[in-house]
Amino acid sequence: MPVKSMRDALNETLHAEMARDEKIIILGEDVAGGAGGTGVEEAAGGIFGVSAGLYTKFGKERVIDTPISESAIIGAAAGAALAGYRPIAELMFADFIGVSMDQLYNQIAKFRYMFGGKTRCPVVVRMPTGAGMNMGAQHSQTIYPIVTSVPGLKVVIPSNPADAKGLMTTALRDDDPVVFFEHKALYPRKGEVPDGEYMIPFGEAALVREGEDATVVAIARMVTFAEKALDGLEANGITCDLIDPRTTSPLDLDTILESLEGTGRLVIVDESPPRCSIASDIAGMVASEGFDLLKAPIQMVTAPHTPVPFAKDLERAYVPSPDDISAAIRKVVAY
Amino acid sequence: MALDKTRLLEAYRVMKTIREFEERLHVEIATGAIPGFTHLYSGQEAVAAGVCMHLSDDDYIVSTHRGHGHCIAKGCDVIGMMKEIYGRADGLCKGKGGSMHIADFDKGMLGANAIVGGGPPIATGAAIATKLDGNGKVSASFGGDGSSNQGTVFEAMNLAVVLKLPTLFVYEDNGYGEHTGTSYAVGSDDIAGRCEGFGMTAKKVDGGDFFAVYEAAGELFDQLRAGDGPAALECTITRFYGHYEGDPQRYRAKDEVANFRESKDCLKNFRQRVTGEGLLDDSDLDAIDAEVAELIDRAVEEAKAAPAAPISELETDVYISY
Repeated sequence: MPVKSMRDALNETLHAEMARDEKIIILGEDVAGGAGGTGVEEAAGGIFGVSAGLYTKFGKERVIDTPISESAIIGAAAGAALAGYRPIAELMFADFIGVSMDQLYNQIAKFRYMFGGKTRCPVVVRMPTGAGMNMGAQHSQTIYPIVTSVPGLKVVIPSNPADAKGLMTTALRDDDPVVFFEHKALYPRKGEVPDGEYMIPFGEAALVREGEDATVVAIARMVTFAEKALDGLEANGITCDLIDPRTTSPLDLDTILESLEGTGRLVIVDESPPRCSIASDIAGMVASEGFDLLKAPIQMVTAPHTPVPFAKDLERAYVPSPDDISAAIRKVVAY
Repeated sequence: MALDKTRLLEAYRVMKTIREFEERLHVEIATGAIPGFTHLYSGQEAVAAGVCMHLSDDDYIVSTHRGHGHCIAKGCDVIGMMKEIYGRADGLCKGKGGSMHIADFDKGMLGANAIVGGGPPIATGAAIATKLDGNGKVSASFGGDGSSNQGTVFEAMNLAVVLKLPTLFVYEDNGYGEHTGTSYAVGSDDIAGRCEGFGMTAKKVDGGDFFAVYEAAGELFDQLRAGDGPAALECTITRFYGHYEGDPQRYRAKDEVANFRESKDCLKNFRQRVTGEGLLDDSDLDAIDAEVAELIDRAVEEAKAAPAAPISELETDVYISY
């Protein structure tokens, strides 16, 4: 299989799906870039290059640069979806969701249910997320717990290029709204990506690694950190199941419970702050549904309950590290 | 609104300090010494200076992601700012904020803001406070052409008109909102006209001309202080660098910045005018150049030598952490 970065895997998927379905349009800030400037057309292709080439290939009718107006971006995507299109709305940074929250939370998420099932709202909202680039408190957040808590939204958080392709393809063919988080630090991450049509169903976790002593659940960049931790522990004879849920709504709880039947010990790793998080959510469900399986208290490895700090050392300390994950695994194994 | 020699020198010092600060950052960022995401204000100095010279420490401003110029013009400590941008323990915000989040409440600087359009509602609230206090103080928000397209900004302008608040909405149209041109993204291509539509006085000036900005801002602040409600000032200007440091700027013609540096450099324009009219001598300005260069050298030197923000600060300044 060819090896590609997550950025390229996403970009090629957008190209393939827009070619396949002419109802797919994309709108956002600088998805092309250059409009009204003195330089070249399509000067940006997205701030991280994920939409590169779409404007040149599909034209300005389907690849729409918007003013800096996040509320209008999300709302316009909603309206176009109700009128028969399949819009991709891009927020330049996930943090900017704050500006557009009503259109996502009160509008898009509720249409299908609130209108008695008479409509669907096939919007894919893409947004770069996460810390690791010292971008400060308003450009570094992992806000997917907030979105996951909203009924009506599907939430996707890939950790590698192949999953990014498979999940994005599924998202673009789904009739419900999907919020698709792309971790900024993972854009350059390379991996094998299947050629041709490749879809991964939502609500199906990946068993990234198999082991005996504990179950580690990790999301997005934390999957790569958990793998580093496990590399170290395996040399010391500790092996773990590593599960990547890939979608937090729907969530594949069954795969986690099945793993716990073998291990009885659970560590959940997430870059978000701990309260009302994906980690606490999974911990709660496991405590409720799998209490008899547990041989040790569940450990959560998360960011602290603070905004994301700017300075290098502070940000590094904010993000859970492979060492933090190793320590949590050792703790549940030793219990 | 004639400026005496002291005030002219002050204006030049502010603008020169901003320019040197930003030009030096451009160099230092290229070495990889500065973390994160930095947006430089070079080219726009006359706006920050022309507006903030009408304000005291008790008046409020709210700034943007491109905020260093506003901070300097409002009197923030330049060395503390540089340390903040380097992520140092004794930076103005202890290294927790960074380039996009510098604030100094002793100077009435209520914070730079990394959400486009995040600032104007906050400045509006500060104006509610000054109005309630009845102390004659005012607030001003800075925003770019891009911010003029945000719903939050529309809401703030309307609220300010409804409540007749002493706040000035300053729009710096530097030609681009991130990577997209103003002429594309601002539907009417007339921000001042839009502001008038909300029911406030609005002026449009050449933001490269300190005197034009200073005079227009002065008239508008007089209106605010007289209790006649909010106003807006659109300043047409350019930025000498990209949206952020590292931006390849493919949206710009190759010679665009060079031409602007030649024709629209507010510092050159200022020097030409004040020396041409015999208001100041070149030697006065050269002396400031030397002092500013020394200050910026010292700021970088001290920032480099300062201790990094310690890990012990990670969970402070929140009322509770888990």
